[in-house]
Amino acid sequence: MITVSINGEPRQFSQPISVTAFIEAMGYSGKRIALERNGEIIPRSTFATAQLNDGDKLEIVVAVGGG
Amino acid sequence: MNDKLIIAGKSYSSRLLVGTGKYKDFTETRTALDASGTEIVTVAIRRVNLGQNANEPNLLDTVPPSKFTYLPNTAGCYSADDAVRTLRLARELLDGHSLVKLEVLGDPQSLYPNVIETIAAAKTLVADGFQVMVYTSDDPIIAKQLEDIGCAAIMPLASLIGSGMGILNPWNLQLILDRVSVPVIVDAGVGTASDAAIAMELGCDGVLMNTAIAGAQNPVLMASAMKQAVEAGRSAFLAGRMPKKLYSASPSSPTAGIIAPTRS
Repeated sequence: MITVSINGEPRQFSQPISVTAFIEAMGYSGKRIALERNGEIIPRSTFATAQLNDGDKLEIVVAVGGG
Repeated sequence: MNDKLIIAGKSYSSRLLVGTGKYKDFTETRTALDASGTEIVTVAIRRVNLGQNANEPNLLDTVPPSKFTYLPNTAGCYSADDAVRTLRLARELLDGHSLVKLEVLGDPQSLYPNVIETIAAAKTLVADGFQVMVYTSDDPIIAKQLEDIGCAAIMPLASLIGSGMGILNPWNLQLILDRVSVPVIVDAGVGTASDAAIAMELGCDGVLMNTAIAGAQNPVLMASAMKQAVEAGRSAFLAGRMPKKLYSASPSSPTAGIIAPTRS
């Protein structure tokens, strides 16, 4: 069991998972999002190979209206 | 007339930059943007709403980056670190897009820029390959320092963000224009069309606004008014206004050949 923080909310997964699997589980496959883990960007090109680890702090962002 | 706005080597026909916040819905956003003739639009970067449907409408669908140049901003950031992280996320989100609007705020009441954090963030971002259009105070010395750091455009406030109070200190804008050679774009404070025209008449290279359009009773009509104001102000600047003659009138009609006065 791992616990990761997603936009400040704790979320548990039964085992370490790839970023691709994580995005799929969250329903964001094919969506325009960007990911940061522990203050560092996770490049889209590494989603398939990057693993989420226990204690990771993730930020998932989108573009919204703003001035 | 070939009078393009050139920012970081790319040329634009419109000198009006428009924010995409505070509209009723995405349809109104797009209609107003089209009416404004803008080519550069600011967007914010925010956390996804985890509870919500991932298929809800997305700004990028209504305002496609293929039609508009995106200018992701750092609105809401109060430290250089947060601003830099936000723009790195934006670059990843927008496929390597490097033209950004940096703003680091000082406090939530005034939204006045924290120029110390702004300068720190600008240095990091320029070194990291970003083309930085920077929101700042109307301090000419800070403006020059931001140019020297390598910012692509200097964007002084005319008055507080969202205040609509207009051009409060044209003299400081003039001092910045006298010192800075990259584009100077008034960002924040414009309330109505005459404010935009005044900024352009001073010689500013462009105007960036959001609330002046989105907060109008009729945003689409105001967007059109702003387009005309920016164009009119730019033309007036290029035309070179007549000198002001303080306390002395000068008739426009011939002074000779006037008919005899009835009473002498």
